[in-house]
Amino acid sequence: MTMLTLSHLTKRFDGLNALCDVSLSVAAGERVALLGHNGAGKSTLMKIVLGLIAHDEGTVEVLGAAPGSTRARDGVAYLPENVAFHPALSGREQIAHYLRLRGLPASGARALLDRVGLGDAANRRIGTYSKGMRQRVGLAQALIGTPRLMVLDEPTSGLDPVSRRDFYAILDGLAAEGTAILLSSHALTEVEARTDRMVILSGGAMVAEGALGDLRRRADLPVRIAVTPSDIPCSTTTLLMALPGSEQEGEQVVLSCAQDEKLAVLGRIAGLSERIADIDIQPPSLEDIYSHFSRRAGQ
Amino acid sequence: MMRIISMAQTEFRIALRNRWVAVAVAMMVLFSLVLSAAGSAPTGALGADRLSVVVASLTSLAVYLVPLVALLMSFDALAGEVERGTLPLLLTYPLSRTEILLGKLVAHVAVLAIALAAGYGLAALAAWMGDDRALAGLPALWRLFWSSMVLGAVFLGAGYALSALSRRPSGAAGLAIGLWLGLIVLYDLGLLAALVADDGGRFTTDVFPWAMLANPADAFRLFNLAASGATAAAAGLSGAANSIPAWAALTSLALWPLAALALAVAAFRRVTP
Repeated sequence: MTMLTLSHLTKRFDGLNALCDVSLSVAAGERVALLGHNGAGKSTLMKIVLGLIAHDEGTVEVLGAAPGSTRARDGVAYLPENVAFHPALSGREQIAHYLRLRGLPASGARALLDRVGLGDAANRRIGTYSKGMRQRVGLAQALIGTPRLMVLDEPTSGLDPVSRRDFYAILDGLAAEGTAILLSSHALTEVEARTDRMVILSGGAMVAEGALGDLRRRADLPVRIAVTPSDIPCSTTTLLMALPGSEQEGEQVVLSCAQDEKLAVLGRIAGLSERIADIDIQPPSLEDIYSHFSRRAGQ
Repeated sequence: MMRIISMAQTEFRIALRNRWVAVAVAMMVLFSLVLSAAGSAPTGALGADRLSVVVASLTSLAVYLVPLVALLMSFDALAGEVERGTLPLLLTYPLSRTEILLGKLVAHVAVLAIALAAGYGLAALAAWMGDDRALAGLPALWRLFWSSMVLGAVFLGAGYALSALSRRPSGAAGLAIGLWLGLIVLYDLGLLAALVADDGGRFTTDVFPWAMLANPADAFRLFNLAASGATAAAAGLSGAANSIPAWAALTSLALWPLAALALAVAAFRRVTP
């Protein structure tokens, strides 16, 4: 079941395209990462999905309704970038307020704060919280009432590595229950393992979309192979001679090859096994793939 | 309804923590006590009970103070949310912008009610201790109390509208001070000058009553002074507007909060988070 459908979405600010012909859909239980530079249009896209700003062309359907309609707002949770709350309220009071706005009893506030690890600070004023704690209050409010679509703008900024892991564990649980998740992030390595699909925006246009494996195949970036010789410097010279295109980098012999040559090159390296102490194969990272698609779009 | 109550509860809590309640109560109590002490002299001369005289003085005070307190509480209501960055998240919740404003209005009117009850209550107590006929003035005091809340609601709504229009607390504060000066101080001065220049001509008979009714603060003053005839003598401008009946002033006073709130909703709808 599709929770969010964008088709040919275009948004202009003062004649400039902030978003240009973006089509995208997110199904129930799917986790989609939105990647892009600052100003690529990620936040604009999210605000259109939430009904906070209007779009110029194309259609947007959120939970089968118009963005910002009561039906859409009932089922959508949002975590803004750098989420803020009134500093005079305590975490519990703030979450209790959000619970009541969704028509739920305020008594659930403590459980939500416990779930994001803020139980001990529940009665302290948010003004005394650290950035990471405020972010967790933001996550707690986004978990209210098990939303059907979650829109998370840079959700892990300000969180330490352990909190990030906990955060993604919560998202995995929600996705397993059928919540569709659309999140944006700068931490590419982080979304690599934690999302089903990636969408790369560049200058308001969608330049690539797919699972990481798909994107990797399509980008067809070279694989880097690093070989550690068994006997330096004698083996080093042999390896450099035997492997065309290889270079010495410190104690290692390094070469790049295209995806489809990978097996042939590895075969040749295997033939030199008595000269080799170790071998390391580095596939192109998400950063490489991301810059490949962004650059191709002229960024 | 639940959502409006929750908004109101949260806003009231914020007002309490920001010391707005304390400031408003202190202001009203202080001025009321000063007035009831100063207003005790002319009692004998007018032959009215002491509380009715105090009510007349309080009316003149409320015309200045109630709009000021209302504007002080409301100028930050939307611009503050924009500046803190709390507005976008709030607007993704299933409540309308009108409900957000109504929630804030309920909370701020409640703060005003507490401050007025404390200030007027103390003044009444002081009057009653000095004159046991003062109970006769209670209806006038009650009328002053609820009409002060209506006047407060007008300026709360106007404050929200300015807050939404300027989108920055500093800008909203400037506009609020300007509105207060214009409607409360300069408007009456202007009318007075026009009356003097006109010297009983067509302006005085045809335009002036309408000009008084068009300003919510003047309508408030007219309503309270016209309704308690005994103290009409104490009433500067309204002496010239004796021809305006209390019901006309009340109608104006009743329509203004609705107009101010409609203006606020319209301005808020134009805010893009």
